[in-house]
Parts: sequence; structure tokens; C-alpha cells
Amino acid sequence: MVKSGGYMKDKNKEVFLGEENRSRLLPILQNVQDKKGYISDADMQNIADELGIHPVEVYSVVTFYSFFNINKKGKYIIRVSNCISNVLAGSEKIVKEFEKKLKIKVGETTEDKKFTLERTSCIGMCDQAPAIMVDDKLIGKITPQIVGEIIKDLK
Amino acid sequence: MEAKRKGPVIFSEIKPYAGLKQALELGESGVLKLVQDSNLKGRGGAGFPTGLKWKLAAESADKEKFVVCNADEGEPGTFKDRVLLTEYPVLVFEGMVIAGFAIGAEKGFLYLRGEYKSFILSIEKELERMRKDGALGKDILGKKGFNFDIEIRIGAGAYICGEETALIESMEGQRGEPRNRPPFPVDTGYYRHPTTVNNVETFAIITHLAAKGVSWFKSIGTEKSVGSKLLSISGDCKKSGVYEVPFGITIKQIIKMSGAENTKAVQVGGASGVCVSKKEFNRSISYEDLSTGGSIIIFNEERNLLDAVKNFLTFFEEESCGQCTPCREGIPVLIEAVDLLRKGECTQEYLKDLFSLGETMQLASKCGLGQSCPNAFLSVLNNFKKEYSLSKANKKEKKFNG
Ligand SMILES: Cc1cc2nc3c(=O)[nH]c(=O)nc-3n(C[C@H](O)[C@H](O)[C@H](O)COP(=O)(O)O)c2cc1C
Ligand code: SF4
Ligand code: FES
Repeated sequence: MVKSGGYMKDKNKEVFLGEENRSRLLPILQNVQDKKGYISDADMQNIADELGIHPVEVYSVVTFYSFFNINKKGKYIIRVSNCISNVLAGSEKIVKEFEKKLKIKVGETTEDKKFTLERTSCIGMCDQAPAIMVDDKLIGKITPQIVGEIIKDLK
Repeated sequence: MEAKRKGPVIFSEIKPYAGLKQALELGESGVLKLVQDSNLKGRGGAGFPTGLKWKLAAESADKEKFVVCNADEGEPGTFKDRVLLTEYPVLVFEGMVIAGFAIGAEKGFLYLRGEYKSFILSIEKELERMRKDGALGKDILGKKGFNFDIEIRIGAGAYICGEETALIESMEGQRGEPRNRPPFPVDTGYYRHPTTVNNVETFAIITHLAAKGVSWFKSIGTEKSVGSKLLSISGDCKKSGVYEVPFGITIKQIIKMSGAENTKAVQVGGASGVCVSKKEFNRSISYEDLSTGGSIIIFNEERNLLDAVKNFLTFFEEESCGQCTPCREGIPVLIEAVDLLRKGECTQEYLKDLFSLGETMQLASKCGLGQSCPNAFLSVLNNFKKEYSLSKANKKEKKFNG
């Protein structure tokens, strides 16, 4: 179980229980998400305790944002942007290539839990379409040839 | 890197902190007057007068106020804020400091979309440098009693958080669901304190404006749309990228500039914008004609525009916060309608219903997402009748209200 990353550690709980406490929720969730790739029930319970709010509130926030996961995903998350500029530039071919190379469909995770393949909205790389995100990294001008190299580099 | 780009305002030459120094000279009321006199309107899409927004916040008696830079940049086809934040970050942050000075805030937030998280390291470095230079922190550039600093907050993949009240909800650790407006953030913002939310580009302009003055600024653009606009151009063209252009530029000029050929249509304003047909290529980018946050997507003759509309609507279906009925329930009906139109199975009668649904969504949705999501659909139906054919049959009359 990952603690909320020391965001609250040196604070006296009582001092910190103002409403602005709650504004730390996203940074805390981001920290947990970064560290273990998903946010478990126990994490949500813990965070709720620390912030003095109900776990359901944490859950409702976690499920609102598409970059928070409540289930364990692959070590690397590959997101192919399916915005219009990418589609015009052939992003479906890129999706197919990833599916072929990873032997999974969009939305799935490889058996060795290394890769998850997803689609995402515009990632602000429309000038370098087709573009993808590998975890936090933005990569543009993807070709089917590069797909293999990207996977190899991550392995 | 900075020398590479050229443009009338944002990409024009400027010395570091020239804008901030001049703003401190002018004093709080001087800056407010400057921004109001300039007629600068927000560059995030809605085009609200920046001077008025700041004045309202400045007038509040509340001791705690906030400046927020909206770097959520989620509109499909927009990437100019990415360029500003990676190539001209100090220009943007300087603008935020000037805003803090003018309205009396000590704290600024940069709300950065989750997709841009990898920029944090370089942004933090720039902020640190500004602190060393005395342009952030206490007694900024020697101005006794003026303290200001900037904190980064990161989004987590939700387009709706670009809407200013949803953004504030998100900063408060909530789901990014838009609030009712009024009250507006300038009055009741972050933890109910006055908060001015401005786009990245707006802040970059502020820095130049402070350094160079109103008459310089007003010499660029049109009478009603002062200054320049950053365009993010992508799609079927040779030279996609960010361009700074004076307001008043026509679609025809944009097409030429980007090296596009066989252009069938231009989507102005991203998924929430309108689809402009050939016969309208003389229209111009300006607040009085085609007002936009800067997304320009070019389609060539081979493209089917209904496919594009469906792509946009699917995006909105995904990103709608689901709070209000017209938006939540209307989008799936429009998506289904695109399929019917594609197959030639939509009747004249149903088409009328769809128009009225679209108009209802524009009027009755709570926030800009629901209000603008039928735009592309309606404009393609209106301007590109060749893209679809209606069913002559009356037998399967379709009604969306059961
Ligand atoms: C659905 C939706 C998404 C928006 N996304 C953004 C955005 O990504 N960036 C932005 O600056 N403004 C966005 N806006 C507009 C903001 O609500 C707000 O008007 C703007 O940040 C004000 O800044 P400005 O006056 O400098 O343009 C969005 C509005 C809506 C309704
Ligand atoms: S219009 Fe759509 S996105 Fe906006 S508040 Fe309503 S449901 Fe949410
Ligand atoms: S429209 Fe595709 S990355 Fe923006």
C-alpha cells in the first residue's frame, strides 16, 4: 500500500483539516497513480481517512478522471490519440500495428502485464500526427515501422 | 529557440521582464487601465474582455485573491499553449505576475493538462530561475510589499476541466463538474475567493502589452478585434503548426499559408467550432466573424465530413460531465443521427427534429460544452448538403422523443 507520498506527513492533522485540505486530493491521487499505476480500494480508504472525507467521495473523484485507474494496468500505458487530425493522418493504422505487435486489442493489457493499449482524445500534438502518449511522454509522427521500435525500447 | 518564430505580438522581440518592470512602474490602477484601454479579449475561446475581468476582481474587498492560468488546452486541434509553455514559458508567467499585481493576488496557479505533465521539469526550472531573478517571491523586482508565486496543478485527463468553473472544482479536489454561473469566478472562485482565470495566450499578450503600450497593440488586427491570434493548424495541409496572425485574416489566406490543396472544408474552433465551406472561405478570423480559440483543421476533397462530425460527437460523449440532460442525452441522439444520415435513412421530418434538438442543446445546456457541441453537426448539415441524402420513405419515421 502506497501512502499518500508524505503530502501530509509533517503536518499536524488537526491543523490541516481545513476545507483546503481537500484541494490536495488530486495531487495525492496523482502520486499514488504514478507510484503503483492504479489506486486501490485500500488506498482510497486511507486517503479519505487522511483528508477527513468519506471514501465514496474519493472514489467519485477517481472515477471521474480518465488518467486514474482503479484496476491494475500494464507497466507501460500506450495511448493512441483518436482525435480527428490523427485519424486524418492514419492513426487507425497505428492502433492496428500496436494490436498486432502486442497481440492485444485496444483496452487490453498484455499477459506479462507490461503493456496496456488505449485510445485517448486530442493530446495537443495535432501538428505531428499521428501521435501517441507512452505514460507521460508525447511522441509524434508515428509510423507503423516505429511502433516495433517503441515496444522494443520499452522491453 | 525564441528567435525562430516571428509574429506581430507574441512572437515579436521582447527583453526579459520588460513587461513586468513597466507594469510595476504603472502601478495597479495603471495596469488595469492599460488592459481595459487595449480592448484585449480572452484568447481561450469565449472572448471575454480581460480588462473588465481584472477590474471586477481588483474591486473586491476580499483579502485573498487568485490568478489562474488555464493550460488545460483540450480542444481538439489546439496545441498553441503547448508551444508557448515549452518555448516561451517566462512570457506567460510574467503575464501572471502582472495579473497578480493588478488585482491584488499573491498566489497564482498554472492548471496544466495531464497530457502535458512531461513539461513540468522544464517549467519548474523556469519558475526557479524567476525566483532567483526576483521576478517571483517577495518584494518582486524591488517592489516593496508585492509578493507573488506560482504553483502548478495538474489535470488528469478531463477536457471539461478547461471550463473555468470545472477547473476550479478540480483544483479544489472535486470532480470537474461546471458550476452555475453567475456567480462568476471573479467574484466567487477558488474557495469562494475572487479568481481570474485566463488562457495561456492571454497572459503572453499581457506581457507584451505592458512593455509596449496600447497604441502599439491597437495598430495590429481589426477595429473590433485588436491584436493577433495564435492559430494551431493541422489536418490536410503541408505545413501544420502554430502561426501568429493578425485578426482579420481570411480562411483563404490560412489555406494558402498552410500549403493545403484541394481543400473541401475548414473546421474553425475545433470540435466545438463550425465547419466552413468553400463559398465562405472569404470569412475572417475575428471576434465579429469566426471567433475561435485558434484550432484550424483542414479537410481535403476526399474526406467525408460526417465522419469528422461523428468523431467530434464521440469525443463529446466521452467528455461530457453528464450533469445536465440536454448535453448528456442529446449527444448520443446526434451520433445515431450521423449514422442514419450516412446510410441515407434519415427523413426530412426527422431532420427537422434534429435541428430543433441541436438548438435546444445550444440554449439549455449548462456549460459551453453542451452549448457548442451541436455546432459542427448543424454547420455540416447546413453547409454540406452533398455529404448526405435524405430518405424519401415515410414508413420508418424516427422520433427521438419516443
Ligand atoms: C468545455 C470547455 C472547455 C474549455 N477549455 C478551455 C481550455 O482548455 N483553455 C482555456 O483557456 N479556456 C478554455 N475554456 C474557456 C474557459 O472557460 C475560460 O473562458 C477561459 O479560460 C478564460 O480565459 P480567457 O478570457 O483568457 O480566454 C473552455 C470552456 C469550455 C466550456
Ligand atoms: S453541458 Fe454537458 S459538460 Fe456542461 S455541465 Fe452540462 S452535462 Fe456537463
Ligand atoms: S487533434 Fe490530434 S493530437 Fe490534437
